Amino acid sequence: MTCTEFLAMLDDMIDNTVSREMRSDLQEHLRGCEHCEVTLNTTRKTIEIYRSHEIYEMPTNLRDRLHKAIMERCKKGC
Amino acid sequence: MATIQSVANEPEQHPDVALVERVKTGDISAYDELVRKYERQIFRIAQHITQNREDAEDVMQDAFLKAYEKLDQFQGNSKFYTWLVRIAVNESLMRLRKRRTGKMVSIDEDIETDEGSVPRDLADWAPDPEQNYTQAELAEILRKTIQGLPPGFRVVFVLRDVDGLSTEETAESLGLSVPAVKSRLLRARLQLRERLARYFKRKKVAREKGVKSDVH
Ligand SMILES: [Zn+2]
Repeated sequence: MTCTEFLAMLDDMIDNTVSREMRSDLQEHLRGCEHCEVTLNTTRKTIEIYRSHEIYEMPTNLRDRLHKAIMERCKKGC
Repeated sequence: MATIQSVANEPEQHPDVALVERVKTGDISAYDELVRKYERQIFRIAQHITQNREDAEDVMQDAFLKAYEKLDQFQGNSKFYTWLVRIAVNESLMRLRKRRTGKMVSIDEDIETDEGSVPRDLADWAPDPEQNYTQAELAEILRKTIQGLPPGFRVVFVLRDVDGLSTEETAESLGLSVPAVKSRLLRARLQLRERLARYFKRKKVAREKGVKSDVH
């Protein structure tokens, strides 16, 4: 397996959607290729870091504003 | 293979279906429940597309109001959330067009870029790279980094990796094909990785100095 072939399977590897045979091929490539190992690990880290940090906090008054707007709309028939 | 398929399939009825039914019979509190469940995600998606706080607030409001008004049109053959996201994406794009009059804004235009298709920065990252930054610094880094991506990449990454939608659901809510979502996701992930490497890679300078002084 070449690095390009590995890279084409990177998302499937991360999302755990590869077949058993493919997985062992990928793992074999990883054992001999530091570049792909780093790419895989740091891509996983990238996803994890975005998943675990809220970078856009929702303003707290927004829900009340919405609730009022819905009640307003509801008065006209709901 | 067959067992994997059946596990991946949707359960008979998603809990949102019951909530939607209650709203349809006039129970507003059921809609409040749906709002509480998804408000943060909808706000986040709107922020990522519009890159403007005011617009994101308006989009969040308008998307939930629109969904409420159009609830009769919701067929239940897709998830309520996917349907809601689609409304929010359209609202976000409308806001974006208003702000950038004359400039084409679209999620589905194909982006011709080789950036990120081949990893260049191959240095390993520090074990806990986020430890080197305060929460505020880190949030700033993450915002700046993702803002540099084309909107169509950003939103695919957010829906798929941050929100946890499936590839099919992401495709459905953006009106994209599954292959388009897949190719964008890979490039988005690699581009983000490449850009974050600047901040997170292992620093070697100090260690090399240390080694030198050991020799003497
Ligand atoms: Zn390789």
